[in-house]
Amino acid sequence: MNEKPLIVENIEKSFGSVQALRGVSLELERGQIYGLIGPDGAGKTTLMRIIVTLLNQDSGKILFQGKDAQKQTAFVRKNIGYMPQRFSLYPDLTVEENLHFFSDLFGVATQVQAQRIERLYQFSRLEPFKDRRAEALSGGMKQKLALSCMLMHEPSVMVMDEPTYGVDPVSRAELWDILKELAGQGKSILVSTAYMDEALLCDRIALIFKGQLLASGTPQELRRTITHALYLIKTQKAHYVFQELRRHFPETDCHLFGEGVHLLDRQNTGLSKIRQMLEQNKLPFESVQQIEPGIEDVFLDLIHRREVEP
Amino acid sequence: MTRTFMSIVKKEFLHIVRDYQTLIIIFIMPVIMLILFGYAITLEMRQIEIAVVDRSRIPQSRMLINHLQSSDFFNIQAYDIPEQQFESYLQQRKVRCIMVIPADFARSLKQERFTPIQLLIDASDPNAANFIQSYLQKIIALFNTENNPQFKFPFEIIPRFMFNPDLKSDYFFVPGLIAVIILLISALLTSIAIAREKERGTFEQILVSPVRASQIILGKVIPYIVLGFLDSTIILVIGHYWFQVPVEGSVLLLLLTLILYLLTGLSFGLFVSTITDSQRTAMLIALLMTILPTILLSGFIFPVPSMPFLFQYVSKIIPATHFLKIIRGILLKGNSLLELKVQIGYLIGLAAFMIVLSIKKFKTSLE
Amino acid sequence: MSNNNTVEVKELTKKFGGFTAVDRVTFQVKKGEIFGFLGANGAGKTTTIRMLCGLLLPTAGWASVGGFDVFTQQEQIKQHIGYMSQRFSLYEDLTVRENIEFYGGIYGLSRKEIKQKSEELLDYLNLSDRSDTLTAELPLGLKQRMALSTALLHEPEIIFLDEPTSGVDPESRRQFWLLIYELAAQGKTVFVTTHFMDEAEYCQRISIMQNGRIIELDAPQKLKEKYQASSMQEVFLKSIGEKPK
Repeated sequence: MNEKPLIVENIEKSFGSVQALRGVSLELERGQIYGLIGPDGAGKTTLMRIIVTLLNQDSGKILFQGKDAQKQTAFVRKNIGYMPQRFSLYPDLTVEENLHFFSDLFGVATQVQAQRIERLYQFSRLEPFKDRRAEALSGGMKQKLALSCMLMHEPSVMVMDEPTYGVDPVSRAELWDILKELAGQGKSILVSTAYMDEALLCDRIALIFKGQLLASGTPQELRRTITHALYLIKTQKAHYVFQELRRHFPETDCHLFGEGVHLLDRQNTGLSKIRQMLEQNKLPFESVQQIEPGIEDVFLDLIHRREVEP
Repeated sequence: MTRTFMSIVKKEFLHIVRDYQTLIIIFIMPVIMLILFGYAITLEMRQIEIAVVDRSRIPQSRMLINHLQSSDFFNIQAYDIPEQQFESYLQQRKVRCIMVIPADFARSLKQERFTPIQLLIDASDPNAANFIQSYLQKIIALFNTENNPQFKFPFEIIPRFMFNPDLKSDYFFVPGLIAVIILLISALLTSIAIAREKERGTFEQILVSPVRASQIILGKVIPYIVLGFLDSTIILVIGHYWFQVPVEGSVLLLLLTLILYLLTGLSFGLFVSTITDSQRTAMLIALLMTILPTILLSGFIFPVPSMPFLFQYVSKIIPATHFLKIIRGILLKGNSLLELKVQIGYLIGLAAFMIVLSIKKFKTSLE
Repeated sequence: MSNNNTVEVKELTKKFGGFTAVDRVTFQVKKGEIFGFLGANGAGKTTTIRMLCGLLLPTAGWASVGGFDVFTQQEQIKQHIGYMSQRFSLYEDLTVRENIEFYGGIYGLSRKEIKQKSEELLDYLNLSDRSDTLTAELPLGLKQRMALSTALLHEPEIIFLDEPTSGVDPESRRQFWLLIYELAAQGKTVFVTTHFMDEAEYCQRISIMQNGRIIELDAPQKLKEKYQASSMQEVFLKSIGEKPK
């Protein structure tokens, strides 16, 4: 198999007058975790549904292991694992019954099922709960069960729509461990999330907003798109400092964060001058330091650039 | 606090108006049901297929056959079929009954002695078989009086059908339909309206405001009282002007009891909404618990006294049973308040019970 | 109440049958403070908030909200708090103006007040020319700010936000937090529950809940120092006894 697991070429899709996707392209490599990062309504779910052949695109092409996905839907569905946003497990079936059902659905032989379930229990740690009904599981366990159900037919490509949504931080960390492990085994994973901090866990990410990819690349590459120095002004009164700073710097260069204000120094003011300015205006702050931009900084920057150049 | 209440009412009306699909159903449904019941489903039978075997072939027998032919009830499909084919005719549903006039018909008529005419009726539908028998007897009785005016039975029953002299089933259905549709709107729509808010999460938002449970309930309920009223009026107007259902009694009394009946339905709807969080379950429960018993056990179609004992008791706790008596009484018999006091008493009791139960349950369900 | 705590909670407990959802929780919140609740699903955040909003009666303990007792003065509490949930609780089939008027109405504002408030609000949300569009058609970020604004129509002193920013884009989230800061600056007390660990940093103090109990309660900065962590995610994992990677 030399073909790439998944190539998405210039996909467009409209629902009535709403343009959900305006030309989206991406390529997924073998053993890669590809993160699709963006807020609700950006088009993540639509794109994933088109990839797994649940929806048809208006234009553009999807190559799944070298084959046209739109023409070979049966092949795609057999070899892809899809985990929808609110995964529909059967709440009245037990953990094990759910696993059996989904493997029957994909025609997995009964002898093989037992082996695979055994293996999946090992990494999901769901074995103690195998007779519990799915509805009685916690949010994190539900997601792990959903993931396990999807893995029963051993798909080589997995498409997961916000698997960590609404899951507590501990379970989220666990789920990402599992994804890493799967990628290590050579599986290719396309995963969407609204949590910016999860971007750093992906091998490659695309930032999607209003149906368009704002940028794509490795997390490092994207962070390097911010070429100006970024400063963190630590303060207890972030709100006040932010409002004041916006009088001295362009509004799009200041961003409010929990621990203080991020200032993108597009005008090359320099650290000492910034500090001077803060002191002159008697703004309360603890420290000013240059920091590495995070994915959230990149996203905010790209949104603003997009607004400047239509 | 009236402002609070008014804004709930207003909002509820907006929901109804915005959801025009449901609105259309609400107003079209009674019309469709009226047409269905008025035309398609009647308890009367017309044009019953009959075969006639005349073995006497005399003017009198031909006259009897003429009577049959000219009546709207029967449609003669075959004449003089051989006896060995009787069964196959009935079996293949070519006819529903066969009348055999014996060869000695003329003689026995002359001698004025008892003349047997054989009648074979397909009784696989016993109700229909009864109808056929009584229709035929009517025709034969008519024939007898015309032919033998001097002949006298020792006594004779001369029925006079009161309140519905033509035995029109429209008279029967139109009031019943009002009972069903009001229940549909009050119980079904109210339960869905609250379940919908629970599903969408807006219910929580209302609960954290200082609105009282009674205000929420009343505010939700009033728009549906109005809808129920409008629908009932539509049915009454169509029933009266199209199907000529009479309105003998007081319209005011009718409207007052209508409110009472609406209240039982609405409070049942509220009750349903407290035991479920999903619109679909609410709909199923409301349908199962209201519409079915109303159609089957209230006397809407099947008369209560012919039910097994147990069901006769069950029918007593179905509000529609009493409302049907009231509305038929007012429309067809011109009953007054006094004559309906028992039924109205029942209805008040049931309404009070449902209201107390639903408000109690509604309050505790917030916990 | 002589001190300036708007919310005081002492040994508050809620049991559902044999299950203790909230277990002897004690804390105070000052006027004008932004107070965060962190915790996994089922840790007891929502139950605590529901008791403070007067939606649930506590099993034991004591709590007062805005000077009113949660056991006996639920009506008064409801009049003095604003509440906004994750699902934004707007009626999608109603227009922007109708939503505002409805929520103004259920808090018993006069017609004049409602009219005046709606204009202010529409102006503030930049929605004056779109006041007759259905709420369903608004973008998510705007819906969220609108939900918050409608929860503030009756000028409550204490505001409860249950997972308010899930799923909105980073820019809208910032605008939302700006609004929260403004409210706090006006002296309003803000309660927030959130799944976004980085968002916890916007709060002045946060409490981490686990199995119905508060296991940590302090300023984000202090907690990070205590656990020698660089992010709140790390603080959270360490405090509930999991090793972060």
